[in-house]
Amino acid sequence: MPATKEFTYEVERGFLPGHRACAGCGQAAAVRLVMDVAGTEVVVANATGCLEVFSTPHPESAWGVPWVHSLFENVSAVASGLEAALKHKGKLEGTRVLAFGGDGATLDIGFGSLSGMLERGHDVAYFCMDNEAYMNTGVQRSGSTPFGASTTTSPAGRKSFGEDRPKKDLPAIVAAHGVPYVATASMSIFADLRRKTKKALGVRGPKYVQVHVPCPPGWGYDEKITVDMGKLAVDCGLYPLVEWENGEVVRVRKIKPIPVEEYLKPQRRFRHLFRSEAGKAHIAKIQEMADANIKKYGLAD
Amino acid sequence: MRRMIEGSRAVAEVVGLCRPGVISAYPITPQTHIVEELSQLVADGDIEAEYVRVESEHSAASVCLGAVAGGVRAYSATTSQGLMLMAEVLYNIAGMRLPLVITGVNRALSAPLSIWNDQQDTLALRDSGWLQLYAEDNQEALDMHVQAYKITEDDRVLLPVLVCMDGFILTHTYETVDMPTQEEVDAFLPLYEPLYELDPKDPYTLGAFAGPEMYEEMRYEIQRDALASKAVVKEVAKDFQAAFGRWMGDVIETYRCEEAETIYVAMGSVIGTLKDWADLRREQGEKIGVLKVRCYRPFPQEELREALGGAKRVVVLEKAVSVGGYGILPAEIRAALYGQPKTPPVHAAVTGLGGRDITFETFDEMQERAQAGEMDFFAGLRTELLEAS
Repeated sequence: MPATKEFTYEVERGFLPGHRACAGCGQAAAVRLVMDVAGTEVVVANATGCLEVFSTPHPESAWGVPWVHSLFENVSAVASGLEAALKHKGKLEGTRVLAFGGDGATLDIGFGSLSGMLERGHDVAYFCMDNEAYMNTGVQRSGSTPFGASTTTSPAGRKSFGEDRPKKDLPAIVAAHGVPYVATASMSIFADLRRKTKKALGVRGPKYVQVHVPCPPGWGYDEKITVDMGKLAVDCGLYPLVEWENGEVVRVRKIKPIPVEEYLKPQRRFRHLFRSEAGKAHIAKIQEMADANIKKYGLAD
Repeated sequence: MRRMIEGSRAVAEVVGLCRPGVISAYPITPQTHIVEELSQLVADGDIEAEYVRVESEHSAASVCLGAVAGGVRAYSATTSQGLMLMAEVLYNIAGMRLPLVITGVNRALSAPLSIWNDQQDTLALRDSGWLQLYAEDNQEALDMHVQAYKITEDDRVLLPVLVCMDGFILTHTYETVDMPTQEEVDAFLPLYEPLYELDPKDPYTLGAFAGPEMYEEMRYEIQRDALASKAVVKEVAKDFQAAFGRWMGDVIETYRCEEAETIYVAMGSVIGTLKDWADLRREQGEKIGVLKVRCYRPFPQEELREALGGAKRVVVLEKAVSVGGYGILPAEIRAALYGQPKTPPVHAAVTGLGGRDITFETFDEMQERAQAGEMDFFAGLRTELLEAS
């Protein structure tokens, strides 16, 4: 018999089991990984969204650390206020302020608030959980929805191939603020996400980590392949894993590129692209985007 | 110490004396000198506060929310469009039962764009869960801020307070005010000790969502406590009088209302002009009284019934228009008096919008039209400018 490792949950943990996330939720796993690294000397601010809803239906809470939720678009400002309060009380040195927001809360409605927090230099680690659409409310298109994806507000149709714009490149925009640390990560590459979390929490000032978190109901794939989906996104070049320090790219995760079809094929949101020649032309465009990422960041060098 | 200073300066100084740990404000849309004066006080080290210079009023309110959740006293000021932009966060702060004081400087709402005074902005937030106090002059505005912190942090209340003061008429006017000392304010308003704060040593979840099985009870509680907070507003006004020797009413103030035939009701700085006009009319033998609504939320229903029930007629002056309706304060006063043993007619006069001066002539017109039986009208309207409907 191979030795099996006994696994127990510690109630001291920041993010606890028993929450109401969907089966196969990439975000829940990513938050677990982040919070396990972050420890318990933290204060967490959470934007409205999946994470907030599945972790805190009153009177239940999956949070073993102080946690606050206010609204959809103001998590960066709330975290700024928390940080200012800790600073005033002389407690900032020993406490880390974390903010969690989905891609809609971060790239769209909370973009101004985020930019303000970054520009003012608050000591906050912001984690954007990027599942590429408004999943909590029924898969509506966000600024992070990738080209070609069918959502409930950018549906594929007789005259449409789904989302017609590429993802907003928020990590680069955040990096342009000149903040000390920015990274993209994937829920599926655990050690890398852990390392980036640790790195972010070790730096003072604003930090931004955008974590790609596959979403079974939103993307339309079998929930048991969540980890594979995240890996495929990275390996095809569509989700480059990059680190910036003070506005400069300092490190990328190398890949052996696979065709984008391998990533697109298992997902319902892209299936219309495989049904016609015009759809296939869209896939070719998506391949070009992946190739451009590979070239831009030297992912395959 | 009695000093001749600008209203905004007076508010900034007294806010400093209340020792906020975090101040956050956006400078425009429009703003007043309050936040500039506070910036200077922080820059000079006179106030030990974190001053967070945000990119919008929405964020100003959100920073305050985070700061109070983090266990410190916080402050912001805004006005007009800025208050509208804050609105979403203001409802949220009240629902989360976070004690906070914001100065709501009263200015008109766009369109058309106007930077001048009226009270449409704060009145639009009447249902938000914020208590609303309206100041008659700069001394009262100053005193109200100290009282407001005492009220909001009372564990029977835990609802935020909007201190409303008329833009320009108060904020930009120099008046002699009696500024309390730090020791006096400290004695009245001790250092902030939060009932709840986000602390890793005692973690709790703040801002969870509530399903249909729970939401209504939470809204019931906020309504129950807001109505009950009237007792605290009164208590704090009495305590303040004992400590500082000043009294400008608690939830209402009546002026020459004894045996008054006509009582004028209003909020804010126009009360001073109304009192002068009432004096003049009294000299001419007309029995006119003035009632100041100092605390609009919670609504002083019983006090208004008692004070107005004996009058022959009530005229409510409102620097706001409830478009498509029949007044905001007037409608509430009508509702308060309805079915009472004595129910005087309540006339509603809209006036002073967008900085239009309110003069004795305006009151004369109101008196004439009310006596003629007009119930809802605009006073001081320049009818020659109106386009044909």
